[in-house]
Amino acid sequence: MRYNVFSLIRNSFSGHKNWEPAWRDPEPRKEYDIIIVGGGGHGLATAYYLAKEHGLKNIAVLEKGWLGSGNIGRNTTIIRSNYMLPGNNPFYEWSMKLWENLEQDFNFNAMVSQRGVLNLCHTDAQRDAFARRGNAMRIDGVDAELLDREAVREMYPFFDYENARFPIKGGLLQKRGGTVRHDAVAWGYARGADQRGVDIIQHCEVKGIKVENGKVVGVDTNKGFITCRKLGLATAGNSSETASMVGMRLPIESHVLQAFVSEGLKPYIDGVVTFGAGHFYVSQSDKGGLVFGGDIDGYNSYARRGNLPMVEHVIEAGVAMIPSLARVRVLRSWGGIMDMSMDGSPIIDKTHIQGLYLNAGWCYGGFKATPASGWCFAYTIARDEPHKLNAAYRLDRFRTGHMIDEKGQGATPNLH
Amino acid sequence: MLIPCPHCGTRPVEEFTFLGDAAPTRPTTSDPSSMEAWYEYVYLRNNPRGPIDEYAHHSGGCRAWLVVQRNTETHEVFGAVTARDFSKAKDAKA
Repeated sequence: MRYNVFSLIRNSFSGHKNWEPAWRDPEPRKEYDIIIVGGGGHGLATAYYLAKEHGLKNIAVLEKGWLGSGNIGRNTTIIRSNYMLPGNNPFYEWSMKLWENLEQDFNFNAMVSQRGVLNLCHTDAQRDAFARRGNAMRIDGVDAELLDREAVREMYPFFDYENARFPIKGGLLQKRGGTVRHDAVAWGYARGADQRGVDIIQHCEVKGIKVENGKVVGVDTNKGFITCRKLGLATAGNSSETASMVGMRLPIESHVLQAFVSEGLKPYIDGVVTFGAGHFYVSQSDKGGLVFGGDIDGYNSYARRGNLPMVEHVIEAGVAMIPSLARVRVLRSWGGIMDMSMDGSPIIDKTHIQGLYLNAGWCYGGFKATPASGWCFAYTIARDEPHKLNAAYRLDRFRTGHMIDEKGQGATPNLH
Repeated sequence: MLIPCPHCGTRPVEEFTFLGDAAPTRPTTSDPSSMEAWYEYVYLRNNPRGPIDEYAHHSGGCRAWLVVQRNTETHEVFGAVTARDFSKAKDAKA
């Protein structure tokens, strides 16, 4: 059933008791052509585009928890395409274009809100770097505006412009950036995939991957062995564990990243603002809560919860930028596990095993990439070769020296 | 997390800077034939879910390099030794 105003009116006459479930809850079949491991944003998007763009049938998504129980439900919902390097920018801009038509495409209200993403700068050198980034974005057809201090002040008069350590000198604005209702992305993709015949199997944990003669033949799960011809791994946060089932070691460490939401406030901050120098960014949800976060805790973790020193650090940075935050009460904090890759960029590629494909290494930035990640991963799986948009996200780039080092800091897993 | 520094006693986690897994061994040569070993040392990680030995610098304390034994899934800390003692023990085993 399509969701539209007529179905809404029709169902309102029956007290909204006759809505069909948005997706089925099937038992796994013994055999699929393609299995995607991981029923989060990227895995569901991949299944959706495999069915929709490539017309493929007989696909399953295996999720060890419930649908969308990973980082698609633990992020801070920001979308943007303000990257600089050639390997990155066209990919993220394609993601932005998919976001812009996503709701019409999968017929689900994901509350895509292009309210603008503003990065603040605090020194002349940082402004020069932003000018360079903005120009790189515009060369790739992405919108970017360099704002001076007064233009930023007009947007957000209540920031601390005279901060002794980080006085605000201006900012780089991407107006098309914004926020999306994160859970609805998983639900919309799940519903769209399910309508096209994809089996989404929840509480089905992959325990092992069977390879014969260099070729994937199936997976061992807690619901029995399932045969497949192609297998896509979309298990960011846990990629090293999944890849170790076939003896692969990845250029990835798992780290915990915390996020926070405040009590509901009246409209206060209408866009997304990042204070990179102080490790803080904030936006306001439609319910009124300020959604904010900072940097990773800085040690390897699979715990999905962080420690208090980072809570203190993030809130200190926030109050330094917006002094009036000091009186806001924090409601909740949570942690998500990031695949921190060694150059800060993701991996969407084939592997040395025939029929095994890898989608990993999303660092902090997996949410905004969800549509393009699914779209490119679907292409890579269907055609057995990368699309030109994800051609740079090769697994072997670390061996060959073709890293996508957006921050220019070399190999550490602590990058954005 | 509280880290038992061998020099300073039990100290809070914010005094420490973590470098990561202490398992990779730095190759002893820069000969081109060692490229694969360097690639593994610089980039590849076991990234275990569970116990890990990791380098930590007591940057807000005695400034010694330590190796902390910790569980990445539960954040339980089992102990800490100086990096020097850790290397000696590792060499003795090898």
